[in-house]
Amino acid sequence: MARVHLWASLRRFADGQEVVEVEAATVGQMLDALERAHPGLAPAIKAGLSVAVDGEVIANNRAAPVKPDSEVYLLQRLKGG
Amino acid sequence: MARDDVKTGYKYVGTRPNRPDGLDKVTGRARYGADFSLPGMLHAAVVRSPHAHARIVRIDASKALALEGVKAVVTRADLPTGLTGEDLNLQDNTLAGDRALYDGHAVAAVAATTPLLAQDAARLIEVEYEVLPHVTDVDAAIAPDAPVIRPGVADYSVPEGMHGNVARYMEFGHGDVEAGFAAADVVREHTYRTEATHQGYIEPHAAVGQLGEDGRGEMWVCTQGHWYIRRMCSAVLGIEAANLRVTPSEIGGGFGGKTTIFMEPLTLALSKKAGGRPVKLVMSRSEVLRATGPTASASMDVKIGMKKDGTITAGQVYFRMQGGAFPGMSPIGEALPCAFACYDIPALKHEGIEIITNRPKAAAYRAPGSPMAAFAVESMIDELCRELGLDPIEVRLKNGARNGSKSSYGPVYDVIGLQETLEAAKAHPNYSIPLGPNQGRGVASGFWFNHGGETSVSLAIGEDGTATVSIGTPDIGGSRASIGLMVAETLGIPYEDVRVNVVETGALGVNEPTHGSRATFASGKAAVIAAEAAIREMCKRAAAEWGIDAEAVEWRDGAAHPAGPNAGKFPPMSIGEIGAKMGSTGGPISGHHEVTAGGYGASFGTHVVDVEVDPETGRTTVLRYLVVQDAGTAIHPAYVEGQYQGGAAQGIGWALNEEYVYGPDGRLQNPVFLDYRIPVASDLPMIDTVIVEVPNPGHPYGVRGVGETGITPPLPAIASAIAGATGARIRSLPCSPPKVLAAIKALKKG
Repeated sequence: MARVHLWASLRRFADGQEVVEVEAATVGQMLDALERAHPGLAPAIKAGLSVAVDGEVIANNRAAPVKPDSEVYLLQRLKGG
Repeated sequence: MARDDVKTGYKYVGTRPNRPDGLDKVTGRARYGADFSLPGMLHAAVVRSPHAHARIVRIDASKALALEGVKAVVTRADLPTGLTGEDLNLQDNTLAGDRALYDGHAVAAVAATTPLLAQDAARLIEVEYEVLPHVTDVDAAIAPDAPVIRPGVADYSVPEGMHGNVARYMEFGHGDVEAGFAAADVVREHTYRTEATHQGYIEPHAAVGQLGEDGRGEMWVCTQGHWYIRRMCSAVLGIEAANLRVTPSEIGGGFGGKTTIFMEPLTLALSKKAGGRPVKLVMSRSEVLRATGPTASASMDVKIGMKKDGTITAGQVYFRMQGGAFPGMSPIGEALPCAFACYDIPALKHEGIEIITNRPKAAAYRAPGSPMAAFAVESMIDELCRELGLDPIEVRLKNGARNGSKSSYGPVYDVIGLQETLEAAKAHPNYSIPLGPNQGRGVASGFWFNHGGETSVSLAIGEDGTATVSIGTPDIGGSRASIGLMVAETLGIPYEDVRVNVVETGALGVNEPTHGSRATFASGKAAVIAAEAAIREMCKRAAAEWGIDAEAVEWRDGAAHPAGPNAGKFPPMSIGEIGAKMGSTGGPISGHHEVTAGGYGASFGTHVVDVEVDPETGRTTVLRYLVVQDAGTAIHPAYVEGQYQGGAAQGIGWALNEEYVYGPDGRLQNPVFLDYRIPVASDLPMIDTVIVEVPNPGHPYGVRGVGETGITPPLPAIASAIAGATGARIRSLPCSPPKVLAAIKALKKG
């Protein structure tokens, strides 16, 4: 299962967990699974997130692949100038 | 993409051909936003709030409408209702609702037959205000007695008990910071502040909009992203996106400030009310400074522990940033992960809040958040280096991130070039030039993520074997040239045979703006893939002519060749030959690519600056300035150097002079370039550049994106150089002469 790391101030919406394990083949499935498991995360996900999968930052591509052993980090949605 | 797939050994990539837009720009032929005109066009002017915070009691436009030649007035009552979220924020900023939220907030707009008549009419629109308490300072806004500007603005992230002006909170980190501080020989803690600055693009916002009563419209506009303009204007005005066609003009700078809307919907709203006549609106510089852009102001607490040998044991930051009167606009979400991004430190804690104030709605500005974060963290590291007598580059080499480091914000870095920039800076002659009296040297590193994003590109082969590329990312910093070079390299044809056009919203799929240093990376990557698709088709056409399998044809030097002796003996078929008969061999030949581009690679930089400070006046002169940055691959090195120099120049301005000054009445005191002091040519030396190339494995030519990192290190590098020259550490930007002089005097008294 992919390991999804939550930033510290998100953890209170996920029973205090730093890492949530989810079964997902894409970023979209991963976000949906997170929301199902921890509905308190829904506002953060709906507000828009950037996601880093195995070191690569993915802005908003729900189709980007996630592997069973992927390390995923949730980041605030990043904007550029 | 595997690392082995990054191409090397180029014919066109890495050369410096003339810029395709150069002649038009130096002869005045280039068409900017304000240059566009249409028959029957009206001109608009905007009524703006003179108050930082006020209830709008009444708007009476009768006197304005009575003037001959005045064709329409719009207020918020003319815009649709029921919007939510960011769409509502955009509408609220376009025209104030029941309250004006900052000095310069648009309240009404008028269209008339001439610009002067529109301005006269605007002055005749009567607005009755009830002035409300205001706050403009980032720290004052969370004082217990500060007025709560927009009750209920906090989002899900804000814990109970925070001030009502806090809109967002975030926290992340890793390791045990308390244990890290305990292991340090020296632990220091300070607060650093930066003021809001404006992107300072030379071209003010300008647009011509036309919207008929049938809901179909067009716009010609100066913007970094015309699909964003289409989406945002459609949302604010309640029209269908497909019914609004947006064409971008040439752009005289954006730096992030033209990735959103400000006054653009007003041209459409006025046009509709004026019976569909086109309406032109060009902002004055004062309007630009009062009501567009700026970036956030910041107040930042930093604590860092260091051993005597320079090892950093732990770091902790608490950032407070205001992004104006609207939530979600401060770059707190970018500033925090940038703060320690240059370092590999075992224990880090980041906390930050976004604060609402009575200032204009902030917009992105070149590496949003990163310059402020660098000012705080890099200044502190410089203070520790000076206290412990350590070389600032050696300390950065020792603690700096490298391939495989866990980044400060979580993910592990793949291939990055920070160490290479540090080594190049250390080896550069500027780093060893002896300094004279009142002179000091500053060093700082910087980081930006870069970005990919939604991208759509189309490429067509001409009958004469040339190629036309249609892109959707406006060319701000040379992307037409760099994309042309990559397509030429891929097709194997001369650069001069490739023309790259920025096309309107009807011509391609959705494109994100030119932001996040993404145009050369993402549109370039898509253009290369589109060119490869065209090559496959051309190989197929040649194979059909030769009567062999398409797989038996290879493409090199702008021509199809039999792949080997077994494929048959045929002379090469050039792109010109294939193009000339494409109508009879299967039709037009083109390539497309649509993608949300991934694979972007971060860009790191290291700057070295020498300054001299006049001890009598506090004036700082920049003697020499060096930018070293990892470009991945420099497609057009002259443009890359230009980006490095431009970023440094803006950062120097932020460090030395630029600041938004608000009076006690909450009004902006310096909304003109005479009082808002950006650097001019005579303020700066020639900025030296070194391009480091550590190719990004996520791009076929190794591109990283170079537009933003360069603005990040100047803020701390300049302040550290001043500290070296005077012994006085400025922890609140800008390092203006009065502030530096006061610090020198305080040191002498000390």
